[in-house]
Amino acid sequence: MNTLRNHLGLIASLVIVVLIGLGPIVSQNAASREVAFTVLRAIALASGLNILLGYTGYVSFGHIVFFGLGGYIGLYMITAQGQSLWVAMLLAGLSSAILAFLLGKSILRLRGAYFALATIGVNEAVRAFINNFEPFGGPIGMSVNFGVYQKYGGAMQALNMSFYVMLALTIVVVIMSYLVKTSKFGLGLLAIREDEDAAEVMGVPAPDSKTWAYVLSAIIPGMVGALFFFKNGSIEPAEAFPLHTSIEMIVMVMLGGQGTVLGPLLGAAGYQRLRGLLLINPLFKNIQLAVSGVVLLIVILFIPAGVVGWLRRRWPQWRRVLQ
Amino acid sequence: MILQIQGVSKNFGGLQALQNVTFDLPEGQILGLIGPNGAGKTTLFNVINGVYLPSKGRIIFQGEDVTHRNTTYMAHKGLARTHQIVKPLNDMTVLENVMVGACFGREGHGLAQARKIAHEVLEFIGLSERADQLASSLNVAQKKRLEMARALASRPYLLLLDEVLAGLNPSEIDHMVDVVKRIREQGITIIMIEHVMHAIMNVSDRILVLDYGQQIAEGSPEEVSNNPKVIEAYLGDPKLAQRLMEGAE
Ligand SMILES: Nc1ncnc2c1ncn2[C@@H]1O[C@H](COP(=O)(O)OP(=O)(O)OP(=O)(O)O)[C@@H](O)[C@H]1O
Ligand SMILES: [Mg+2]
Repeated sequence: MNTLRNHLGLIASLVIVVLIGLGPIVSQNAASREVAFTVLRAIALASGLNILLGYTGYVSFGHIVFFGLGGYIGLYMITAQGQSLWVAMLLAGLSSAILAFLLGKSILRLRGAYFALATIGVNEAVRAFINNFEPFGGPIGMSVNFGVYQKYGGAMQALNMSFYVMLALTIVVVIMSYLVKTSKFGLGLLAIREDEDAAEVMGVPAPDSKTWAYVLSAIIPGMVGALFFFKNGSIEPAEAFPLHTSIEMIVMVMLGGQGTVLGPLLGAAGYQRLRGLLLINPLFKNIQLAVSGVVLLIVILFIPAGVVGWLRRRWPQWRRVLQ
Repeated sequence: MILQIQGVSKNFGGLQALQNVTFDLPEGQILGLIGPNGAGKTTLFNVINGVYLPSKGRIIFQGEDVTHRNTTYMAHKGLARTHQIVKPLNDMTVLENVMVGACFGREGHGLAQARKIAHEVLEFIGLSERADQLASSLNVAQKKRLEMARALASRPYLLLLDEVLAGLNPSEIDHMVDVVKRIREQGITIIMIEHVMHAIMNVSDRILVLDYGQQIAEGSPEEVSNNPKVIEAYLGDPKLAQRLMEGAE
């Protein structure tokens, strides 16, 4: 009982994820399943980013690079190598982790705006590279042969399965986010976020910690990328590395509350909901990205700690739940 | 000798912030480091704990040449410091701030043990009631104590205190002086930078005086405060010279 109480923060987050997942499972409605898939994908991406942005304090504007790279590695494994989705996802996560590790060793030396700019550069560089990389189909990209889905009981069945896998991935990322936050490693990350120089003076091995935070925050987007493009059936550079999605991920994290487990979850769900409403509104349909900019501005100006941060300050007695 | 400073110089561009500083520090002592503003005191701390590389000279800590070691390495070896301009981890609680010291300092504890140590240290330093508050909510005097608590939680062999008395009122100063003495009783060696003369003269075993990066005097508090060079260095600030004389009485 006591241990349950100690982990209320995790339980609250998991309950929300499961509720989002349960909706379409109960209703068996394909359209609501697609919506839930998008929301879960947003939660997974935002929670991954949060490990770097929220816990460590490093803003990555190009985080989508890991999603795109994962998508490419994944589809290449499935189409050219005839591997299963599971192997593809594993290798996608691994490739993203390796890229993050190498980047961590080089650009994580940069601080503040310089790091943020470098991440954009990395995203654009990888996109340009893949655009010219023939094995990955260059500018045309790759598509999945329909026969591939037979292994999973046909296209319909594969779509359905992708949803369950997405749900599982989201649960994994939320647990991971919580474990990082409540670990000694996480304490070091928070110290780096607050004052990197002071943290180093106290013995926090900042360069290594930052690199591992970056690696952890990259694995999930890589795996989500492989899954997403498997389900999508095709991949091309513009779809794989959309810079604006990077920015939307940041908005989600900031909106919900950076540095909390629950924040990116609520932020992603809330933002997707808003986006959905805007998309069906003729007035806002074409400017929904501008609206996300305005949302970010409002958050930064009025609730810089995000919704969860604000709630924590307003009702400190609920901190156990609002982690 | 816990610390040996051998001919250490530090230049910033054309500015010689430290020139050929040399001294040995025996274990268990309190060394007072004084000198006018801009004398290079904080720079000496930064060079000792690896924030800056010295331009010349060697630093030996517990018999090991640590001249080229970085600040994280020094922390793991048992060196801790406070900052003249406090650096609280604002969005973390006071307890978490102190736990960082216990987790990543010399002993590198896990979270549970670190929490225990942090509570002990906060009790010792008199910040217990604030444990669950955010560090940003503390006043300056409390933030100075937080700096000390973080440093102590790492269970250092050598502690560098940079103006922990500045900006405190007389009763807070008395409390801090008492704390410093009790830290020494635990066997921790201390170098203490201070402008509050009566306090530093009172707690230090030895005093070292820096002026424009030069080591102009060294000795017991009595010797130093009667040294004409020292009085001259402080003459730019007659009030300080006055306080210096009073402190020695
Ligand atoms: N990072 C730096 N870059 C350039 N100059 C510096 C740097 N750090 C210190 N200095 C200069 O070195 C000199 C010594 O500075 P330092 O901070 O060590 O003095 P201090 O003795 O601690 O003075 P105070 O009593 O005012 O704290 C000053 O002239 C200062 O401007
Ligand atoms: Mg100074």
